[in-house]
Amino acid sequence: MRKKINKLLLYVIITILAVIIGYPVMWLFFASFKGNAEIFTSASLLPEQFTLDGYLNGWKSIAAVPFSVFLINSCKMVFPTVILTVMSASVVAYGFSRFEFKGKKLLFTMMISTMMLPNTVIMIPRYILFNDFGWLNSYVPFYVMAAMATNPFFTYLLIQFFRGIPRELDEAAYIDGAGKWRIFIQIILPLSKASLVSAALFQTVWTWNDFFNPLLYINRVTDYPVSLGLRLAIDADSVVNWNSIVAMSCVSLMPIIVLFLLMQKYFVQGIATTGLKS
Amino acid sequence: MHKMQEKQRYLMKKRHFKDKYQGYLYISPWLIGFLILTLYPFVVSFMYSFTDYDMFRMDFVGLKNYIDIFTTDNLFLLSLSKTILYTVVSVPLKISMAMLVAVLLNKLARGRAVYYIIFYLPSVLGSSVALAILWKYIFKKDGLLNLLLEAVGITGSNWLGDPKLVLYVMMLLPLWQMGAPMVIFLAALKNVPADLVEAARIDGAGKIKIFFRITFPIISPIVFFNMLMQTIEIIQIFTPAYLITKGGPMKETYLYSLYLYDTAFRDSKIGYASALSWILFTIIIGFTLVFFKLSNKWVFYGDEQ
Repeated sequence: MRKKINKLLLYVIITILAVIIGYPVMWLFFASFKGNAEIFTSASLLPEQFTLDGYLNGWKSIAAVPFSVFLINSCKMVFPTVILTVMSASVVAYGFSRFEFKGKKLLFTMMISTMMLPNTVIMIPRYILFNDFGWLNSYVPFYVMAAMATNPFFTYLLIQFFRGIPRELDEAAYIDGAGKWRIFIQIILPLSKASLVSAALFQTVWTWNDFFNPLLYINRVTDYPVSLGLRLAIDADSVVNWNSIVAMSCVSLMPIIVLFLLMQKYFVQGIATTGLKS
Repeated sequence: MHKMQEKQRYLMKKRHFKDKYQGYLYISPWLIGFLILTLYPFVVSFMYSFTDYDMFRMDFVGLKNYIDIFTTDNLFLLSLSKTILYTVVSVPLKISMAMLVAVLLNKLARGRAVYYIIFYLPSVLGSSVALAILWKYIFKKDGLLNLLLEAVGITGSNWLGDPKLVLYVMMLLPLWQMGAPMVIFLAALKNVPADLVEAARIDGAGKIKIFFRITFPIISPIVFFNMLMQTIEIIQIFTPAYLITKGGPMKETYLYSLYLYDTAFRDSKIGYASALSWILFTIIIGFTLVFFKLSNKWVFYGDEQ
């Protein structure tokens, strides 16, 4: 009997927590279908009068640029960044996990410690560097940082995974005359699909959500990704078209939420491996 | 026969020799990137901190920036104290919350997946602008929270407008986003040997005792790692304060990162901002060292490590 009560209590507590934590996003979703006047006058979750006005108005004009422009820009920024990240991180991770060379330990330690290096110390000279190269107002800074495996999170994630692949597989292929590159392409990569997907997903979400870096590097409104585009909408304090802002917020979150729901497993794996084995 | 073996050995050796340098080739993207995009900026920002630099003209001024910061700069002290308060309160809160939820979830027999999604989602949405908007709309004077409170007969506050409240309201945001450490804790809890817990239970240990005597020591290295990473992340937090409150009201949420950003990118005082960033860096290093020092007392490293 006591056990049953305890169990019930557990479910009650956890459900209350889930409601508190889940409510804001649910509210945002349903509020996007409310009329402008209703959003901040009614406490009910479901719209009394269902309307798509928020989406229609928001799509046309937040800050005179159609929202589709921001979405397309975000895609232009995110996709190459993700592909370059996965490519560079896997090559570098292969180097660290399958080769012996002088100074490897030191280099590895340096790479890991950049994970803890605060961005604030390097962002100013980095900005000046990109400015000198003439890369501001383009997505090149994002591509270059991705191609150079600048974020050690991904490399580390893949190193952890590559280390788990039995070396006997490499050696068998090696004796058969396969070079290191072929071993990488034909053995290591196919076996690492799950963690490559994890890395790609994290980079997709982070780049899509990123506000700070675009804020630094991109100044032209027509080049704004979704994050900066949305910010234009809230910046004008006089705005009263809440429902179109809410609707566009939903549009900006939707790709991430869908990805998360479909690929939840990979998000969990990625976080758990990097967090655990350190 | 013998000759063939020798030849094979020679070939292997040659390949091995090639491997030695191939390693550098594979890590070269990172190495080049590290030198140009991380190490160079790191060194240069230290040098900038001794100059007066506005992106056009650079004058060496010695320690002037640092002296000014510590003697005449009110905003420095203000933003630093707000940031430290923010970090010191919200990191332990976030970690405890993540651990609590992980422990509860770990006990669930059924329906774990659904709860998992709900608890993890806010963290996946990260520092997106949409979440900042959501936060603003929840806590503004006629926002969602006050609507809900009104429905049960309570008059809410002006959460974001009240200088006494606003920083604490902003602390709820990282608390709400405790998903990532929660996932890590859940994975760690799965590694706690069930027979150990069972044995303690048979010996008559209560749940709380089991948690503090067995579970917590086993996952303590992971708690430590999470505390450290969260501290580094939260002490530099920028987006929410920049978007939701713009540092206000009355500079109550003017966090260090906002001050740094304004100094560097609004006022173009690159040298001064670099000095500010190096002070923050030193503080983070200090935090880290203290963390490691204190960790001897409570972090338990099993013999396999």
